[in-house]
Formats: sequence, structure tokens, C-alpha cells
Amino acid sequence: MAAGNLPRSRIAPRKWAALTALFAALCVAPFLLSNFSVFQLTLVLAYAIVLLGLNMLTGYNGQISLGHGAFYAIGAYVAAILMDHYGVPYWLTLPAAAAVCLVAGFLFGLPALRLEGPYLALATFALAVALPQLLKHKALQPWTGGVEGITLVKPDAPFGLPLNADRWLYFFSLAVAIGMFFLGRNLLRGRIGRAMVAIRDNPIAAEAMGIDIALYKSLTFGVSAMFTGVGGALGAIAVQFVAPDSFNVFLSIAFLVGVVVGGLATVQGAVYGALFIQFVPNIADRISKAAPWAIYGIMVILFMYLAPGGVASFIHRISERWRRRT
Amino acid sequence: MDTFLAQFLAGLATGGIYASLALALVMIHQATRLVNFAQGELAMFSTYIAWSLVQAGIPYWVAFGLTLLISFAAGIAIDRLLLRPVRGSPALPMVVVFIGLLVILNSVAGWIYTYTVRPFPSPFPSEPLFGQHYISSHDLGAIGVTLAMLAAIYAFFRFTPLGLAMRAAAQNPESARLVGIRVGWMRALGWGLACAIGAAAGMMVAPIVFLDPNMMSGVLLYAFAAALIGGIDDPFGAVFGGFFVGVLENLLGAYVIGQELKLTVALVVIVAVLVVKPSGLFGRTLARRV
Repeated sequence: MAAGNLPRSRIAPRKWAALTALFAALCVAPFLLSNFSVFQLTLVLAYAIVLLGLNMLTGYNGQISLGHGAFYAIGAYVAAILMDHYGVPYWLTLPAAAAVCLVAGFLFGLPALRLEGPYLALATFALAVALPQLLKHKALQPWTGGVEGITLVKPDAPFGLPLNADRWLYFFSLAVAIGMFFLGRNLLRGRIGRAMVAIRDNPIAAEAMGIDIALYKSLTFGVSAMFTGVGGALGAIAVQFVAPDSFNVFLSIAFLVGVVVGGLATVQGAVYGALFIQFVPNIADRISKAAPWAIYGIMVILFMYLAPGGVASFIHRISERWRRRT
Repeated sequence: MDTFLAQFLAGLATGGIYASLALALVMIHQATRLVNFAQGELAMFSTYIAWSLVQAGIPYWVAFGLTLLISFAAGIAIDRLLLRPVRGSPALPMVVVFIGLLVILNSVAGWIYTYTVRPFPSPFPSEPLFGQHYISSHDLGAIGVTLAMLAAIYAFFRFTPLGLAMRAAAQNPESARLVGIRVGWMRALGWGLACAIGAAAGMMVAPIVFLDPNMMSGVLLYAFAAALIGGIDDPFGAVFGGFFVGVLENLLGAYVIGQELKLTVALVVIVAVLVVKPSGLFGRTLARRV
């Protein structure tokens, strides 16, 4: 994020090697794991997309949202309604969910422009609390199925590929996630990303340099909601079920925890955060059946003590130290 | 008209509870610039302590006082032991620590006391007072406790040297430290007071919503809204906001949209208020230096 004209950022050869190895591992992994683990990894991919979106808003642009569960729910419901009522193929629901959430996020971002810090957190929190009630409302019941929600069918692999439904969905999500991360990274590395950071760090100076703060802030909200909606749609297809109560306030809180634990304002932090919110509750449950969430809370607090900048900055620090030694 | 008055007064009673919890939020925000998401669970845990004391045969008001003291001490301990190590880190990691605290308290309460819903005793008579039939005596008592607490807090901050030192530490930590105020301890005291206030709110709300580990989640949300509507740095604003939200919630629920969407509409109104007046009804808009 240095000043001036950065040369077009390129990925260093060393990093290329690491990314290729990671990609290979991600491609091999589903064949070595059980169907349930593959399903869990699919959810991690969906969460990673969500966290990247939330990180744009909270990490890069400095707007705290406690309501991204709502956009996740909107994405999930768009996918579910399109598949269940209109027979739209699952892969076409993703762009639809993205478009709906982009508009919803942009519109919500407009009034949110006037709010800062805890006030914005409250407004978004209100959104997260209100949405399950709205989804249950009678007027929407023909589409949303009310409290019972909508059950979906898991898509099969196309073109006669020798993959079962879980593995196919994993690869589908992997492709979507790679695409979204590519988009997100380029957006954040470019002019728009630097404008977002400038607004976070010093809005007045940013405005003086000709950045249209209102436009950028509400656009960031929209794009962030769009990423979240795509994640929500993927999550709904993977879980095969949407119901109002699965999108409660704790989902939104989990997303915020994921962003902070993963690392604010880092792209790879989204992946660490997604792993955290998917697997740490399970680990906590294994440690103590009596009070699993207490273990979860202790782990969250320990993480913040040991790595207040999130996992991303922790790994960065360690790798820097290692590099200096060699 | 009769039902309207009854609804209005019932709203004031729940509003008083929101106001107490909002007051606790304001205390911590003033001292630390942070919104304490664990406030509701802290209050819930205090209420369970009160319940245990009452079960052990201690008279209600003695248990009430003991609970306030225990909560006060616990608040100080949380600040000194749990939060001091992360002091100075940016706001979001702190918020996440609060969220961690929230789930720990909720889970431990469920573990110790189970998730069964229990009744909680009210110290006030079951017959309405003064021969009227608009408001139950527990509701009246809850309003009374809120107002008494507000008066005590006001007197503490306005007339005692310690209150003055706490205000100084909140307003300008550096200068306060230079004149010899132990800012860290003032912050801890703020935490202690907030926990005690929250405990009182919990004990007042428990007879109405019954005692279970999740009893405060809705209440906290309204308290959050109340504190922000009043402007998060203004104790009087918070109390007014609490009553405002309580009455609004009740009247909307009774006359406009029914119980189903009560929460949603209340929140929409709150967001609308904030959009018109982003720093709350009584909050000062701070001029920022360029």
C-alpha cells in the first residue's frame, strides 16, 4: 500500500511454487478424505469467500459489520428459491445471488454512510437480528417455506465425470473460490483497494486527493455483500437446506470472529478464518462435551493474546524471521 | 385508553431494565471506548449467583446486595486479569475478546445450572400497589430500582473525588495520569460498576423473562439500541433511550404490527433515528481536527 505508482504487482516465483503446491494438495485432498470431511472443506471454501468479502469492508475499509449473516442468508435463499421454485440449475444461482446481494449491500450501504464505529455495528447487527423474523413472515411463506425452510437436492457431477456429488461440489466450490479470490485480490491491489485503505486511514486526506468517499464506501458495502452472497449460495447448495434459524446473529458474530482471527486486511487471512470457524467448534466439542462453547471462547481469547494481528500476521512474522536466518 | 395506559406503563417497566443495562454499556464505553458485547451474559451470570444465594436461604435483599458486591469484584477481576494483557491493541481484537467472554459465560452457566428455564423471585408484593390496576408492583419496583441507581451513579460522579477522578481518566487519560490518577484502576472500577449495574438489571428482568442462560440476548440488543439512541457517552441519554425503546417496543407490539415483527420494527425505527441523528439524540457531534 505504498504511495506513488506501484509497478503491476507480480507474484514472486517462490510464492508461485507455494501456491502451486497448495493447489495440488487441494485437488488431491478430496480423494483421501471421507465424504463428510469433503463436505466440511466445501463449507470452508464458502466461508472463505464470505470472509474475504467481510474483510474488504471491515479490514480494508474500516467499516465494522455485525450483519453479514444477513447477506449470507439472502444469497442462500436466492439460490434455494431459484433452484426449488424455478428449476434454475445450481451454477446459475451464483451470479443471481451475487447480483441480488450487490444491490442489497449497496442500498444498505447508503444509509450506513452516516454511521460510524459502534453505530454502524448496531445498524448491521439490527439487520442480522431482523432477517430471520422477516424470513419467517407469512407474506413471504410461499417462497421461503416459512419456519420449515427449503430442502434442496445435491447436484451430480456433469459430463459423466467419475466423482460423487460431494467431491464434485467441492471442486465446483474450489473453482468458484479461486475465481473470487483472484477478483478480490486484484480489486484490493489496484486503485480501488488503495482508495478503500485511504478512506479507512484518513478520510479527510482521501477526500482531498479526489476520492469520492460516499461512492467508494457504499460500493465497498455492495461488493462485500456480493462476495458474502456467493458464499451463502454455495453454502446453501452444500448443506442442501435453508431455514431462517440457521442464519441467526451468531452466524454474523462468527464471521466477524473469523475475519479478526484470520487477520484483518489480508487476503489469505480469509482462509485461516474460514478454517477457524469451521473446525474450532468441532475441536472444542471434542475437548469438552459439557461446555464446548466455553472451550471455543477460551480459544478465541487465547488467539487474540498470542496473535492480536490474526493468524496471517503471525505466519508473516514467523516466515520473516525464518527468512532472515537463512 | 385504559389498555393504552397499561401498555405504556408496562413499556416503561421493561424500558427501565433496558435503561439499566444501557447504563452499564455506557460506563464501559466511557472508560474504554468499547462496546461490551458480554454485558448481557455478565448480568445473566450475576443473576444466577443471586439465585443460588436465595436458594441457600439468604433473604432476598441481602442476596441482592451480596450479588452486587460479587459482580463488582468480578468486573474488576475481568478488567485486571483478562483485559489488561490486550490493552492497547486495536478495537476489533478487543471486541473479539468480548465475544469470547460472552460464549464462555453462556456455556459455563449452561453447564453449571443447566438450560432449564427457572422462575426467579421478585422482592415486590404480587398485588398491585396503591390500589391501582395499571401496573404490577414488580414493574413499578423495577422502575424505582433503575431511577435509584441512576441517582446514585449521578451523585457518585458529581460529588465524590473518586467519581471526579474516574471522569478525568475517561476524558483525558494522559493528563489524568500526570496529576496522579491511576488510570488503569479507574478503568477497572468502571468495569466493576458496570457489572454491578448489570447485575441489578438482571435481577429485575429475571422475574419477567425467567431465568435461563439465554435470557439476556434480546435484552442486550435493546440495551445496545437504547445506549446508542441516547448517545453512547451520555448516562442520562442512555436511561432516556432505555425507556424510549421499552415504550416503543410495547406500543408497536400492541397496536401496529403485532408480536411477530416487533423486534424488526423496533430495530428499523432505531436505525432510522440513527440515520437522522447519527450521534444519538443527546450525543454531541464532535468537531474533528483536520
